[in-house]
Amino acid sequence: MKAFFATAAMGKRASGRALVANDGFSARYDLDRINGLFSRPEHKLAGRSYVDRVLVLDAAKGGVATAWMLHEMAARRVVPLALVLNTVNPIMVQGAALADFTMMSGFDVDITAAVPDGALVEVDAESDPPCLRILDPA
Amino acid sequence: MHLTDEEQGMLAGEAGPVRQWAIAHQTRVGRYLGAADFVPVSQAHIMADTESLGAAGVAWLENLASHPPEHCRVRIPTITDPRGTDFAAAARLRHQQWMLDLESRTIAAFETMGVLMTNTCINYQTIMPAVRNEHMAYGDTGVAIYCNSVLGARSNFEGGPSALAAGLTGRTPRYGYHLDAQRRATLKLRVTHTPRDLADWGALGALIGRHAGDYWQVPAVLGIDRVPGSDQLKHFGAAMASFGSTALFHLDGITPEAARLADVADPGLPVRATIGEAELRAFQHHYTAHVDRIDVVVFSAPQLSLLELRDLAAMLDGRRVVVPMLAVTSPQVKPDADRMGLTARIEASGALLLSGMCFYQSYAREMAAANGWQALATNSAKLTNILGGYGYRPAMLSMAQCVDAACRGRIGR
Repeated sequence: MKAFFATAAMGKRASGRALVANDGFSARYDLDRINGLFSRPEHKLAGRSYVDRVLVLDAAKGGVATAWMLHEMAARRVVPLALVLNTVNPIMVQGAALADFTMMSGFDVDITAAVPDGALVEVDAESDPPCLRILDPA
Repeated sequence: MHLTDEEQGMLAGEAGPVRQWAIAHQTRVGRYLGAADFVPVSQAHIMADTESLGAAGVAWLENLASHPPEHCRVRIPTITDPRGTDFAAAARLRHQQWMLDLESRTIAAFETMGVLMTNTCINYQTIMPAVRNEHMAYGDTGVAIYCNSVLGARSNFEGGPSALAAGLTGRTPRYGYHLDAQRRATLKLRVTHTPRDLADWGALGALIGRHAGDYWQVPAVLGIDRVPGSDQLKHFGAAMASFGSTALFHLDGITPEAARLADVADPGLPVRATIGEAELRAFQHHYTAHVDRIDVVVFSAPQLSLLELRDLAAMLDGRRVVVPMLAVTSPQVKPDADRMGLTARIEASGALLLSGMCFYQSYAREMAAANGWQALATNSAKLTNILGGYGYRPAMLSMAQCVDAACRGRIGR
């Protein structure tokens, strides 16, 4: 079992299939939040569903709306299981804090290259240090 | 994270449950991002359009506002970003009643909490500009980058919940751009063509944002050969923040912290890239090449200043638009535009001047469906970056080209 340690995390432990791309993330810019899809045409995950997936992406992008939108998405249960990023911005942290959403960031490898798309992963935000484990590389 | 006695008291609930939530939220954020303590802030600015909030967010705000005034009213001047509609024009935009209801409930909740409903993303041009080294909690990326870079103030991107928390506690976690060390340049870029048009400034900001890549990068830009105006830097910064999640830039010899480049950049920092006119044209071509017929023209993101409205009015004099044209300004500028006759001149063409909203924060997806809008022309690089995900095909043109497109129904080539 491969494990990758992060510098920071919040939220509860979560397990699920990873949806992986070396691309950014913004709830406003990238998502059709009604239908639970990546909708920005240029995004590497365009057309794919993020619902109940562990999103593994490169960097937080865009504006401040994600700080509200994670909460809104969670309320409707059209939401990822967790968000794993190489680099966060404050908005993602603020949004995860409001929504009590599982998030992890800051690895010593490019996490989007280390985790295969579709792998079964565990995001252990409660461990010290926080840890992402690949349970099944699929 | 060190908390003072007062902050520990708030965390223990001594100032009521609303401020207890606020400081707990801020502490959680601060610990994640390595804050050593809190820093007092003199203003907060809340982004809270109801498309972002959703019904759940509105109900959450109403719950906070249901507490006694001594518990839920903000402690420092707290203002708002654009709303999700202009009530006076909602029918023409085909905004639905449920959207207006959410907006009304949100406004009522904020007013109960003592928030000033300024509804603007150009508060640095219209309300009260920040002062160098003044710590703020600004909740719009365009506001934060402008105030950090052009005015030398200190703010991180504060999303709606965190900006509201700052309003309630009067402080924010001290990380990121509140710290001297984070404000030093991390990359240098050379510019060989100083833009004149606002759209070109937006394109340049977008390209620099792409080079920067994430929130923690601070570009230092060399080669700007004249001092830009506020509207030019407004478009430049808003685009950079949008494309790069960038919160601070330095312009060599122009912005206040970079009077001497050596003050913000290590001598050995290499020039990562050179950006010239060809790169600007290629950027705009990317967003324009596949669009011919236009469904709607939008001037927004950021809201237009009085001077932009003056230019737009002059371009529209004696002309008639054949597709909808929406121009958006702030509630502070709109009365001046009315009084000076700019609104009448703009609307005589068939265009619509909106106040207190911003296009992408106003149910852009639903407006597209209700009005049959897909191909959209704008001079805002920020808007082109956002609207693709909402189902639009944005074309990026100058203001003059946008006016021509609105009058012809297609892009002139």
